[in-house]
Amino acid sequence: MTDVMDRPALKVVGTRPIRPDGVDKVTGRAQFGADFHLPGMLVGKIKRSPHAHARIVSIDTRKARALAGVKAVITAADLPDLASQEYEAGESASNLRDLSQNCMARDKALYQGHALAAVAAVSAQVADEALDLIEVVYEVLPHVIDVEAAMEPSAPVLHAHLFTEGLAERPATASNIAKVNRLGRGDLEAGFGEADVVVQGRYTTKAVHQGYIEPHACVAQVSQDGQCQVWSSSQGQFMVRTYCAKILGLEIADIRVTPAEIGGGFGGKTTVYLEPLALALSRQSGHPVKMVMTREEVFRATGPTSGAVIEVKLGAKQDGTIVAADVVLKYQAGAFPGSPVGAGSMTALAAYDIPNVAITGYDVVTNSPKVAAYRAPGAPISAFGVESAIDDLARELGMDPIVLREKNGVVSGVKAVYGPTYRDIGYLETLKAIKDHPHYAAPLGPNQGRGVAVGFWFNVGGESTAAVHVNEDGSAVVVTGNPDIGGSRASMAMMAAEVLGLPVEQVRPIVADTASIGFSMLTGGSRTTFATGMAVTQAAGKIVEDVKRRAALIWDTTVDKVAWESGQAVCLDATKSAVKPLTLAAIAAQAGRTGGPISAEVSLNAQGAGPGFAVHLCDVEIDRETGHVTVVRYTAAQDVGRAIHPAYVEGQIQGGVAQGVGWALNEEYIFDADGQMENAGFLDYRVPVASDLPMIDAVLVEVPNPRHPFGAKGVGEAPIVPPLAAVANAVRDALGVRMCDLPLSPPKIRAVVDGLAS
Amino acid sequence: MSKRHISTTVNGDAAEFLAEPGATLLDALRDELRLTGAKEGCGSGDCGACSVMVDGRLVCACLMLAPEAEGRRIETIEGMAQGGRLHPLQQKFLEHAALQCGFCTPGLLVAAKALLDQNPDPSETEVRYWLAGNLCRCTGYDKVIRAVMDAAADLRQVRRAS
Ligand code: FES
Ligand code: FES
Repeated sequence: MTDVMDRPALKVVGTRPIRPDGVDKVTGRAQFGADFHLPGMLVGKIKRSPHAHARIVSIDTRKARALAGVKAVITAADLPDLASQEYEAGESASNLRDLSQNCMARDKALYQGHALAAVAAVSAQVADEALDLIEVVYEVLPHVIDVEAAMEPSAPVLHAHLFTEGLAERPATASNIAKVNRLGRGDLEAGFGEADVVVQGRYTTKAVHQGYIEPHACVAQVSQDGQCQVWSSSQGQFMVRTYCAKILGLEIADIRVTPAEIGGGFGGKTTVYLEPLALALSRQSGHPVKMVMTREEVFRATGPTSGAVIEVKLGAKQDGTIVAADVVLKYQAGAFPGSPVGAGSMTALAAYDIPNVAITGYDVVTNSPKVAAYRAPGAPISAFGVESAIDDLARELGMDPIVLREKNGVVSGVKAVYGPTYRDIGYLETLKAIKDHPHYAAPLGPNQGRGVAVGFWFNVGGESTAAVHVNEDGSAVVVTGNPDIGGSRASMAMMAAEVLGLPVEQVRPIVADTASIGFSMLTGGSRTTFATGMAVTQAAGKIVEDVKRRAALIWDTTVDKVAWESGQAVCLDATKSAVKPLTLAAIAAQAGRTGGPISAEVSLNAQGAGPGFAVHLCDVEIDRETGHVTVVRYTAAQDVGRAIHPAYVEGQIQGGVAQGVGWALNEEYIFDADGQMENAGFLDYRVPVASDLPMIDAVLVEVPNPRHPFGAKGVGEAPIVPPLAAVANAVRDALGVRMCDLPLSPPKIRAVVDGLAS
Repeated sequence: MSKRHISTTVNGDAAEFLAEPGATLLDALRDELRLTGAKEGCGSGDCGACSVMVDGRLVCACLMLAPEAEGRRIETIEGMAQGGRLHPLQQKFLEHAALQCGFCTPGLLVAAKALLDQNPDPSETEVRYWLAGNLCRCTGYDKVIRAVMDAAADLRQVRRAS
């Protein structure tokens, strides 16, 4: 391939065209999960547990079944009772038994909102009546939601079969601690022995929800010959297909999943809740079934991410060299094992080159909804603790917080605590971008404070398929299997256009159903532009090779005498001086005579994703009367490798910052004494609104990833990692007091301000 | 309970539908008239994804009962582009990349148009407070606010020119 890494040679990559799916989305035409309609469609609804922890003694569905207009009623008895089995699909492994029992409780309800039964009826009203007629007998059990309380030996045990993994010996009794994982190197004790200064802290975060504005929704149809169709909003149609097949015991070949437009996911739509139930209801009723969650159901039964306790101890020499770090992470997993504590551990110190390190992570089940991935799963939580402690260390040492981070920052060639040796990373460049930014030196007003924090995310590659078809007129279609959650279709079209030498408007990107394109892992892990983009680029590259061969045929020369320049085949054969270059359109017009349709498909398992580093700078202002914290200025720099569509890269950064600010200041799951979520709506679970935020200055640092054809690195996740600590450090700066418990809501700020006054 | 017959005007055309007494205007638009541009993000008036205009007033369609629409003039996102041409707000949303998933976008556009119809020259703060009822989880609002301000500037020019 020509040297596409050479920026001046790029015509499309790095520009800001209008996204190809944009018009449908500004006119209301785009079809999201709840927008599908089929003739004869029924409404499916779910009966949920009112208790946080209860044995299900019996479920009697007879009255519901007898109600006129009810066409199907299912419980766990209608699903196969799966054995425990880890299954790799998407970002992390899932246990199929747990996945199935999260969709439908079997013996126990493990959180308030846990699904117990589902009905399909001719209308929503009839479905609601049917739910009321389902009689469930519970034996209410004591529950536990707080992570440390759940770790106590005396805590109510959620799963009698759960024995802590990762200990030297298998424990004798069941526990809520699903797993202990340890990571480290060097000699911690010796390290702290060398330290002149030691800082430590204990930090807590609350469970927060991904908060996508579109509730989960799907339509499912099972025909009489067992062929299944699903239309749903998810981060991966292949993930939905796999999980439905496993949960229902169906053949993959009998299921076709069509991705709807997805109204936000942020990791929360990397699993299934509704689809298997809708299929089971459709199978029983013989009708298509639509299921749409209410917002309350979204809060009570999907997402969130872990609430956690983070303990950090850092030791440094007087010159700022950090010599030891001890980090303990305790993450809520919700009802089933699988919190993101592993990723939280691996990312916690990924930006620091420290010789003596121990990181211990606990994955703890609790009577709350099973956590789902949320943007850089686990990383913002551990970063909140570590970056708060680093800030304290800088103060203790009297050092500039960026200089301290530079002094201990990782560079290419350094081995990360979590294993690999960094290559082509742009962390120091990103720190410098913030240090040199006018914001860093700008004066602060009264009651204002400034905070810095950094964040890391691995970014992943993985399996993707892409096809490129050249139309008869020389325009092209790009087909991928990755739902577009933030403008990725634009990037796919741009990369193909770049290679083919076409204007981007002549490339239409399509996200296909599972029967129309080869397998692709879900959209997650910031992998799509990297991995699927690589497949697109390679498929377009194959097209170029093919049309060069065809041009050689037309010109009666050899393919090595044909060059591809600016979207045209150029003849280099000196004996054919008279021939004019052939455009893609000209070659496409003669496709029939040169070998038939021009098409290429590439399936690959992309390796070599480049990790992302983000450095954020936040100014807050504190209203000492009300305790309200306002973010007044925010600058976020990130090494993005190379921005394919810079506006959507900025958008990822700005969106991640907004979510992180919400996590820092407002958002939290609040449970009452009975384990009921008290704020399951957008009124009381307050995500940031337009008037809460300033403009967010996104600074793109471009240290290209040589293992991607255009140098791209994943960008979507790193931006949510620093904000929790950036905000908390700014509050520390403004108040002079370190606050360790998120969210930094007005009552907590008031308490500190009142304490200072007295 | 029997359904009621409702007559309204939707995006300039007469529209009739049947509605349960307890159904919301949003249900009627989406399920009866199949105008699915207005979205349900919460059903409780907290997200603005269902924003529509009723007799020139911005409302959350999820908070209004369908029978209350009798005799009213309703405007939805589907009516915003005129005769094959996007409204300047729609165009600016595209140019500024003011949408990621696009789920909040119809509501934001309807709400932003309601603002510019009554205040052609809003400050950034005014735009932010006006749109505070429209949640967007993807964009951090930055590009949304820029798009609205830019559309307002464009519309002012058009007005001055005419
Ligand atoms: S759906 Fe009406 S305000 Fe959210
Ligand atoms: S663009 Fe996704 S919610 Fe606004």
